[in-house]
Amino acid sequence: MSAGALVSGLSVRKIRSRWVWLILAAAWLALYLAFHGTSTLPLSASSTTSVQNNLNSFNNNISNGRNSNPVFLYGVNYVQVGMTHFVSFLQSLISQPGFGRPAPLIGWLGVIAIVGFVSWLTAGWKYAVLGVVGFYILGLQGLWQESMDTLALTIAAVLIAVVIGVPLGIWIGLHDRAQHIVLPVLGFLQTMPSFVYLAPLTLLFLIGNASATIATLIFAIPPVIRLTDHGIRAVAEPTIEASDSLGSTTWQKLVKVLLPMSRRTIVLGINQTMMAALSMVTIAALISAPGLGQVVIDALQTLDVGTAFNGGLAIVVMAIVLDRTTSAVGERSQQVGGRHLLGPQARRLAFGAGAVVTLWAVVESAMYVWANTFPSSPTIGPAIVAGASNASNWVQSTFSGITVGLRNDVTIAFLNPLQSMLTNAPFWLVILGLCAIAMIIGNARVAIVTLISLLLIVGTGVWQDAMQTLAMTIVATVLTLIIGIAVGVWMGRNRQVDRFIRPILDAFQVMPAFVYLVPFLALFGASRFTAIIAAMAFAIPVVVKVVADGIHGVPAPAIEAATAAGSSTWQLITRVQLPLATRSLALAANQGLIYVLSMVVVGGMVGAGALGYDVYSGFVQAPLFGKGLAAGLAIVLLGVVLDHISQSAANRIDPSRH
Amino acid sequence: MSGSMTPPTARLAPDGRAGDLEAPDDEGLLRVRDLWKVFGKRAAEIQGSQDLRALSRRELIDQTGCTAAVRDVSFDVAVGEVFVIMGLSGSGKSTLVRCLTRLIEPTGGSIEFDQSDLLQVDHKQLREVRRRQVSMVFQQFGLLPHRSVVSNVAYGLEIRGAGKAERVARAHEMIELVGLSGYENSFPHQLSGGMQQRVGLARALAVDPKMMLFDEPFSALDPLIRRDMQAEVIRLHHEMGKTMVFVTHDLSEALKLGDRILIMRDGEAIQLGTGDELVGAPADDYVRDFVRDVPRQDVLTLRWLAQPAKPGEDLGGLALSQHTLVRDAIRPVLESSSRVRVMDKDRLVGLVGREEILAILTSDQK
Ligand SMILES: Nc1ncnc2c1ncn2[C@@H]1O[C@H](COP(=O)(O)OP(=O)(O)OP(=O)(O)O)[C@@H](O)[C@H]1O
Ligand SMILES: [Mg+2]
Repeated sequence: MSAGALVSGLSVRKIRSRWVWLILAAAWLALYLAFHGTSTLPLSASSTTSVQNNLNSFNNNISNGRNSNPVFLYGVNYVQVGMTHFVSFLQSLISQPGFGRPAPLIGWLGVIAIVGFVSWLTAGWKYAVLGVVGFYILGLQGLWQESMDTLALTIAAVLIAVVIGVPLGIWIGLHDRAQHIVLPVLGFLQTMPSFVYLAPLTLLFLIGNASATIATLIFAIPPVIRLTDHGIRAVAEPTIEASDSLGSTTWQKLVKVLLPMSRRTIVLGINQTMMAALSMVTIAALISAPGLGQVVIDALQTLDVGTAFNGGLAIVVMAIVLDRTTSAVGERSQQVGGRHLLGPQARRLAFGAGAVVTLWAVVESAMYVWANTFPSSPTIGPAIVAGASNASNWVQSTFSGITVGLRNDVTIAFLNPLQSMLTNAPFWLVILGLCAIAMIIGNARVAIVTLISLLLIVGTGVWQDAMQTLAMTIVATVLTLIIGIAVGVWMGRNRQVDRFIRPILDAFQVMPAFVYLVPFLALFGASRFTAIIAAMAFAIPVVVKVVADGIHGVPAPAIEAATAAGSSTWQLITRVQLPLATRSLALAANQGLIYVLSMVVVGGMVGAGALGYDVYSGFVQAPLFGKGLAAGLAIVLLGVVLDHISQSAANRIDPSRH
Repeated sequence: MSGSMTPPTARLAPDGRAGDLEAPDDEGLLRVRDLWKVFGKRAAEIQGSQDLRALSRRELIDQTGCTAAVRDVSFDVAVGEVFVIMGLSGSGKSTLVRCLTRLIEPTGGSIEFDQSDLLQVDHKQLREVRRRQVSMVFQQFGLLPHRSVVSNVAYGLEIRGAGKAERVARAHEMIELVGLSGYENSFPHQLSGGMQQRVGLARALAVDPKMMLFDEPFSALDPLIRRDMQAEVIRLHHEMGKTMVFVTHDLSEALKLGDRILIMRDGEAIQLGTGDELVGAPADDYVRDFVRDVPRQDVLTLRWLAQPAKPGEDLGGLALSQHTLVRDAIRPVLESSSRVRVMDKDRLVGLVGREEILAILTSDQK
């Protein structure tokens, strides 16, 4: 049971004969038995290496040079100040005192009215109701101001992402060469766990809103660029040609043909960007971004499940409102010539009425306290807090047999042996093993990338923590794949099931990563297992989808032929559908690894320790900043290794061979 | 089978090629000379090399990886003419017709339209040509799905900067002309294929072009609708007299619409002539194969059957114009006691008797 055997479980079938694996595993084990306990590179939680100290002093130097170094003086500082002002401006509109007033300019009544009016115009009255009710609930939860802070930061990042991302997407949509440069960069950005953006940005832009917004921007911008590019490229050639044949200029073609025809895809991109931004804004609470994330983090720190649940719920409510409304905008922009309930006259009247009401609400909320500050009663916040924490206690005590049992079983049976193997083995032996796997599954290039990345991890000084993170990642990924493939196969074989499950998966996928921690913390307490299971919950939806699509994509004739030959269902699945969907399985493994890794490190905050905890303590304790930065780097490097190996497994499986 | 039919026609063909057509040169609207289009990275190099240009399309792909989609094509189109381009799939028809307004940039040759060389003009002038002089109708319609019928039809006027009132009025006129009144505010996806193509037609007509290009406009339509649309084009041609260049791979469509037909193969022009010339005197087996299934009596005229008079033969029988279709001459010839005289105005071209007519009828039956 070496790491090699486990990774080979990633459906890299028949690539090399079984013998190679067996011999390698045996050799590795022999070396392990001979050398375990040596060169394990341990480092206790509070100690640091010289590299990490250097990073610390690097940070200090940067801080000291902030007002003299020309790069900062004429570049970075301007960005930092500009960004801070932009966010403060939005905050003083809806969440924080500003413009010389003791309260935000637009109070809750105004915000809710605007949300309702805008959703009504862009998405329809149902979404207006959803938005109004959703936002009102945020207030009832006692989290109005926090919600508005989160909203302000999200809007700031999304606005900038759209202003940069849409033109960039158009540009790469029209120019192949640019596309070839930009897409790989986006791919790399998207494999990075959200966590790791934070520390390097604070290095440049200090802790606070500027770093939070820029981190969010970087994390969230890929979808809008990608989908704009995709939308532009998907516009039917005949239409473009027809427009050209009538003598349109490039600009006319863009605004009259390309943009209108790709609008739905672009809106979809904005939707995804917005959800990613919301997710990141909540995590950016680690670098003191205000808002709901802060509520959740504070509560997680004290293991106050009730409050964390209340905050998490608010994030979910906001996610639902933002997601549903922006997707509805996309769908609506598709149905041209749709019917309207009201005639044009009546519509104009309704619009006017809506505008007047909204304006009234905004003015009212600017002038009077009752409409500005969300009333403290009625409130459902305390009830939710108490309810959740009671429920958590009740479950933990009543079902302790199950929860504790499950936790201990997985921990003792899988996690501990793997972790002790990885942490007790000499570092060079682990590197050797992983390079061998990279070589066999991939090629020399992948092996070299693996080697360099792992050596760099050694250099960061957090080798043991990296091995712990790796162990958790592997266990969580294997479990994720088992469940994900089972459900995916079921979905892929049955349209009905697909229709039922897919919306649920979609809903899961828009949830910010953070909120996954809360219910599992409530069930299992602070432990590595909590991180593992949260990571599974986070990764399973994407794995299921990829597998289901792969199974569904197996050509019908192959299945018909096998059925005609008298295969049983099990034979059909194992002999025909899974083998023909191997590439999807490999892709699912790749996505699973990336998702799991990014969540496992977030789990560092709820007792999972390892790299995630190092990063986290780097934000909290100044002397550990350098170590946190090093751990962040180690996470990126670990991600690079896992991504490269699993990616090359997927690439090896040539789809045209089937 | 067609082989058996060749002797009479081949023997009887009065003068092989386009000789006795009205020469279009003086009133030519479009003059295409030595046109080339090579796809691929090395297009310029191929254009510059005699040796490479001499290669067949296949050899060129093997040696350079480039495709010569149009090879050295020359033709003229007269004002008011319907000029048809035909050929099998991949023969370069679409490429050729797109080259005419540089939707695809030709790699060699010249295109003179209305006295100006289109390959020399700059992009601005080219846009003007596309906006006002030449418009195009596409196989896949290419309508804008997010716009209503009126606004699709008005699109060409819109991009050349016409005022709203003007273009809406014009669009309504065109919609009425193509028989779509009542659908002005519908959206493309609400219309059938035939109706969508009427919108495409109206859009092309709306800019009042001197010449219209059609790239297999009716191939995507089912046969009944296709017939309607062909009739529509013929009607519009009669009413407005527009010059048309029409690409099709359907011979019956070509014969129905075309004044002259250009047959292409592998990018080259194989034969150019009227329908009866192609049927009566195919240049090679490729063309012969093309026209094999055409009912000859519907295409050939009497001049293709006329035989020299035998010495002492009675020349007092019925006289018919040499442009009479065989179909229309069957009855008079069969009922006439002597052979019928075929006349070019007052000049005797030859005589046609039962034998010749029956030969055509039998070959059509096979
Ligand atoms: N953009 C392109 N790049 C490379 N080769 C092309 C391109 N467009 C066309 N060709 C090639 O040029 C040749 C002629 O294509 P074209 O589309 O003009 O044929 P066509 O006669 O219109 O055929 P069809 O009846 O199928 O429409 C084909 O061999 C085609 O593969
Ligand atoms: Mg074509």
